Amino acid sequence: MALLSFERKYRVRGGTLVGGDLFDFWVGPFYVGFFGVAGAICTILGTLLIVYGVVLDPQTSLWQWNIAPPDLKYGLMFAPLREGGLWQLITLFAIGAFVCWALREAEISRKLGMGLHVPWTFGSAILAYVTLVVIRPVLLGAWGHGFPYGIFSHLDWVSNVGYQYLHFHYNPAHMIAITFFFTTTLALAMHGSLILSVTNPPKGEPVKGSEHENVFFRDFVGYSIGAIGIHRLGLLLALNAGIWAAICIVISGPFWTGDWVRWWDWWLNLPIWN
Amino acid sequence: MLEYQNLFSRIQVRPPQPDPGLPLRDSPGGRFGKGFFLRIAGYLGDSQVGPVYLGTLGVLSVLCGFIAIEIIGLNMWASVGWSTKEFIRQLPWLALEPPPPSYGLRFPPLHDGGWYLMAGFFLTMSILLWWLRTYRRARALGMGTHLPWAFASAIFLYLSFLIQPVLVGSYSEMVPFGLFPHLDWTSAFSIRYGNLYYNPFHALSIAFLYGSVLLFAMHGATILAVAKLGGEREIEQITDRGTASERAALFWRWTMGFNATMESIHRWAWWFAVLVTFTGGIGILLTGTVVDNWYLWAVKHKVAPAYPAQNVVTPADLQFLRGRYQGAAPDTFPTYKIVTPVDTVVTDSAMVGPDTTVKVLVTPATPAPVTPAPKAPGGTP
Repeated sequence: MALLSFERKYRVRGGTLVGGDLFDFWVGPFYVGFFGVAGAICTILGTLLIVYGVVLDPQTSLWQWNIAPPDLKYGLMFAPLREGGLWQLITLFAIGAFVCWALREAEISRKLGMGLHVPWTFGSAILAYVTLVVIRPVLLGAWGHGFPYGIFSHLDWVSNVGYQYLHFHYNPAHMIAITFFFTTTLALAMHGSLILSVTNPPKGEPVKGSEHENVFFRDFVGYSIGAIGIHRLGLLLALNAGIWAAICIVISGPFWTGDWVRWWDWWLNLPIWN
Repeated sequence: MLEYQNLFSRIQVRPPQPDPGLPLRDSPGGRFGKGFFLRIAGYLGDSQVGPVYLGTLGVLSVLCGFIAIEIIGLNMWASVGWSTKEFIRQLPWLALEPPPPSYGLRFPPLHDGGWYLMAGFFLTMSILLWWLRTYRRARALGMGTHLPWAFASAIFLYLSFLIQPVLVGSYSEMVPFGLFPHLDWTSAFSIRYGNLYYNPFHALSIAFLYGSVLLFAMHGATILAVAKLGGEREIEQITDRGTASERAALFWRWTMGFNATMESIHRWAWWFAVLVTFTGGIGILLTGTVVDNWYLWAVKHKVAPAYPAQNVVTPADLQFLRGRYQGAAPDTFPTYKIVTPVDTVVTDSAMVGPDTTVKVLVTPATPAPVTPAPKAPGGTP
């Protein structure tokens, strides 16, 4: 694996969090580090367990593979391997692999003299996953409330759990999360377009600079957030999308057991209407 | 520590006057206002607000949008008998609904969906005029037209909600205007066509939506992490690669074995965002026209399993359904308070015979607890 033309001078020792120089090396393009080793173990074990689970329970097509959590009757106990124990182990290894990945990102950031924005951001995504498969099931008292791993089986879970609350779109945190997802995508489209349109002008035109970026958006909508601002905004929007998604599912069940349509009755019954 | 992470601007540098903008080509209109500075905007981004370009297309677009919103708002207001209080109280529930199915593709009377079609017309005009504006503004500055074409993909999704009802032969299929009503429409549309989750283009659209959010999280965080090296000056980094761009690239190369460049990450961004609405539009156009029931389609193509028939569930079925359907929730959720229903005996004196008491059951003010329904895991999705 050839190095990039400028890569050699960046391949220096140091920046590790654990293990000193022991695992401070690269394999091909990948940096290893202690968390690379630990993460690889988690990933390999988790993946093998998934393959084992799929082989144990052959479906008619690979689209239908499904690693299901235990039945509700097991509560928060360990379940037999074939009755949800696999799911429990895979969840454990998945969390281990994700956390190792985040810490490895932190080591690489330190090695390159960068801020720790990426590992923190990934950490919030891990938190959303943990909310879904650990925090909410624990609050509800059974691992069976976790969500199954599978291409279409997890969609069945989303659909069915949504309808258990009659209409999940009425969940206010779900509304906020979706709005953040859409807004992030809108902002991403606008940012990507702007950079490409400045650096790829029509034939015969010179490449433009940051003044054109700002003037285009001021002409267009009256405001340009600027080069640093769009990256702050994008990160803020993306983080909020994940965080509100976690909030919307963790309040469903532990804090609101009825249907989300009726939740809005408080607004209709406010004393100000009398 | 936090002030070094470039999450907000500690010092706002301002020129003596707001930037008036660059010369424009082929533009009949002009810039409105001189622009001003807004301190609160300057914490996150640029503090300058305005000037904005005012031209024929933009003004017409805003006018059409205003008319559409007026039609929608006045119809909603009329639907609560012009009561201002009820208008505010019920606003999230109010709707301007499309015509009923009996009209098919004929133009209905105003009160029966005519206003709806008119609002839809003006909204569509507003959006199309705004598209022309994006194109003209980009060209007026000698820039590429990537933004108009990305916007065109979003318009394609919007128009597919108009074309699909025409293809299935009824305006009644169109999306109502209103906050909760359009959410109701989304659910109803999904259920009517056998659960849109089984629509592969819906799945692709969601994958690109989540992918877009992931990309912006990765990109935003990477740029902020190298901003102390000037990483946010992306055009300069594209045309003359600096250490910020090199470190950003190596970060991802070392993390996942692959990296974009400062320019190509924006191509990834553009395509992910554009494909959200593009695949979504295809998914809508296929629904009801090519595929009537996405669940049955998925079963036919072995994408989804055939669920057990209702009310007949074998232990094998139960094992099969594990995880996908929990059967008894939300009854199995913890209940914090159990209220015993009270039978209240009321004697109706008007009907009194010597020893007749009429026993009337009055529902207690507090709702009775929901008795756990018998476990029925065989419910279809």
